[in-house]
Amino acid sequence: MIYLDNSATTKPYDEVVDTFQKVATTYFANPSSIHALGGEVEALLTKSKEQIASLLEIKPHEVIYTSGGTESNNLAIKGTAHGYQNRGNHLITSKVEHPSVLETFRYLETQGYSVTYLSVDESGHISLEELKESITDQTILVSLMHVNNEIGTIQPIEQVADLLADYPKTVFHVDHVQGFGKLSLPYHHPHLDLVTISGHKIHGLKGSGCLIKKDHIHLTPLQHGGGQEHGVRPGTENIASAVSFAKAMRIAKENEKSYQKLEPLRETLVDDLSKYDNVKINSPRNGASHILNFSVQNFKPEVLIHALKEEGVIVSTKSACSSKDNEVSHVLEACGLSDVSASSAIRVSLTTEQTIEEVQSFLQAFQNVMNKYEKIMGS
Amino acid sequence: MNYDHILIRYGELALKGKNQKFFIRTLRSNVQQALSDYKGLSIKGQRDHMYILLNGEDPYPIIERCKDIFGIQSFSMAMKVNNDEESIKDGTLEAIKKEEGQTFKVTCKRPNKEFPKSSQEMNRLLGGHILRNTEGWEVDVHQPDAAIRVEIRHDATYITSGRTEGKGGLPVGSTGKSLLMMSGGIDSPVAGYLTMKRGVKLEAIHFHSPPFTSERAKQKVEDLAQTLTKFGGDVTVHYVPFTELQQKIFKNVPEYYGMTVMRRVMMRVSEQLAKQHNILSLATGESLGQVASQTMESMNAINEVTNYPIIRPLVAMDKNEIINIAKEIDTYDISIRPYEDCCTIFVPKQPKTRPKREKILELEASVDFTQEINEAVDQVETVVYKNNANQKQDSFDDLL
Repeated sequence: MIYLDNSATTKPYDEVVDTFQKVATTYFANPSSIHALGGEVEALLTKSKEQIASLLEIKPHEVIYTSGGTESNNLAIKGTAHGYQNRGNHLITSKVEHPSVLETFRYLETQGYSVTYLSVDESGHISLEELKESITDQTILVSLMHVNNEIGTIQPIEQVADLLADYPKTVFHVDHVQGFGKLSLPYHHPHLDLVTISGHKIHGLKGSGCLIKKDHIHLTPLQHGGGQEHGVRPGTENIASAVSFAKAMRIAKENEKSYQKLEPLRETLVDDLSKYDNVKINSPRNGASHILNFSVQNFKPEVLIHALKEEGVIVSTKSACSSKDNEVSHVLEACGLSDVSASSAIRVSLTTEQTIEEVQSFLQAFQNVMNKYEKIMGS
Repeated sequence: MNYDHILIRYGELALKGKNQKFFIRTLRSNVQQALSDYKGLSIKGQRDHMYILLNGEDPYPIIERCKDIFGIQSFSMAMKVNNDEESIKDGTLEAIKKEEGQTFKVTCKRPNKEFPKSSQEMNRLLGGHILRNTEGWEVDVHQPDAAIRVEIRHDATYITSGRTEGKGGLPVGSTGKSLLMMSGGIDSPVAGYLTMKRGVKLEAIHFHSPPFTSERAKQKVEDLAQTLTKFGGDVTVHYVPFTELQQKIFKNVPEYYGMTVMRRVMMRVSEQLAKQHNILSLATGESLGQVASQTMESMNAINEVTNYPIIRPLVAMDKNEIINIAKEIDTYDISIRPYEDCCTIFVPKQPKTRPKREKILELEASVDFTQEINEAVDQVETVVYKNNANQKQDSFDDLL
């Protein structure tokens, strides 16, 4: 089986699973307990944060462990909205965000906040000018994704952070879920305030992740309890999850170099798929190397996915989180694609370990499927 | 040509007289120890500066680590060229090519007065050379984007740009040893840090009273000592079993004088231990007026038991200033972990803020602590913490 759905989730590294198992069975004490066993666990927790901090050049206490991307995004957005509501009630995001961001903003709209959803051009990029024009003296949050999960557009995060230097009242949150381990960010940038990272997209385990929260940011927590994680995310620390996540981050960061090897793989994909008259590449030319989105005209994507599965290749339609509803992709729609293209999109997403042979096998499988079904499906 | 050296400037060290060599040797060995995991480096200490020959190593992490070493005024990336005009011109041009911006200035210094041209002449010569051979650069002597420094020394000329400030102070180990009374709170590690800044090799004494104090309070001290190693190499901690003494004090002395007497006993233990280890002074985190034991009257009453000098670097500092340093040196988060230590347990509801010497002498006359003090000193457990930031030998390593 060739697995090309790595933006939906990845297979955990064996080392990560080993760590989880060892920590869960050996370091089971509560790190808040005052006995020495608790002390040992606390030391392990501290050590894991120090490791993340040194990878990202930030401070250890700026790492808040969470259950993953959705929670981190919720905590960052609601926590800022509620924490800074005395400053203003205007929030900015874009139309192409992940549902865990978009739905959170929609919820906040029902709570009296006003939200600007930035439009994107056909390649999925926001415009810095539009962003700048949207900021008012009521704007307390800008939340943008780094790499788009459906089409791989890379937003100009550093420029936005630079721009926000002029707006000290505005907090900047970045959903870095699809970027971490592939495309780095200047994590220590003074105006990059909140960063979401998820474990299971980087060969860690589901239910693990973190929110990077800079020192000067004060979030209202989503839940209240015993003050763990500086009170921002109370609840007995899931130490095995945290430590295994720190390990996944380290390995992902070490593998970041191999990311550039994906560029030729993506080119091969683009070149080959472009040969088909009915295939349209939806990903931007300068998008991230690990995500390629394309539409096959007049071919129901579900059928294509099942047919490819029979050939031993796993790919997906748009994002797994929204692929169950039968609507068109909100991302492709925002990029201005026709309804037909927007509802017939296929996503191939690679991991840093992917090989050219696997990509070629996929292309072969795709050709087989096209030969076999095009006559039936195509009209 | 690339920057292949880090130039280290001494602070006060350069002013030392005949013992200057000893100071420089000490600094060199501290630098060497802090960078021991970089095998390729060679470190040369000279009369007026020290340099690290990089041999291809990445300079930035090295500078980061050297920032924590006392005795260094500042660093710069440097390239070493021959002491002739042509080489200096070439080097300066190379240096500006590595810079970004539009304006520059060249500052020449000439400790080597045998060099035929004066600093002023060289400034003009080198500035002109850059202007003729580059595009887009202009001179701005007030707020340049790039400041190139040229130091014509006896052995060679060093061309540098940028300047990172060091911590100043004197190299640890150059002025002797002190015994720091370390509870685990916020103040004592800061006091230790500032004591080290004046070149002192640190040993610490910690009183623990299981089961009244938690093992995790001791763990705090271990972590604090470990943190302090990055500023001055090994830190030795003497753990004193204090349970018996503490119980005896609180059984025999009225509650409101208990704290004062306890401090006096701690001082006596510390002095005895210092004597044993040839340490000539004690150090504490006391800050005048901060708590009951740090009023003028308390200090007077407590200090009476020893005639050792007591270094109190925090005596005139506000709590906020102390906290800021603690955060800067990464001890704050360790210090605020909430465990009982020898200073917080048995705190009387109303400790004497103005204890009277006469009263204490009267109280102590009826109870003799000498035997227990001797026993406590005999049972001290001594642990040496090594600067292993660069070795990472940790039981957690295979997990992470």
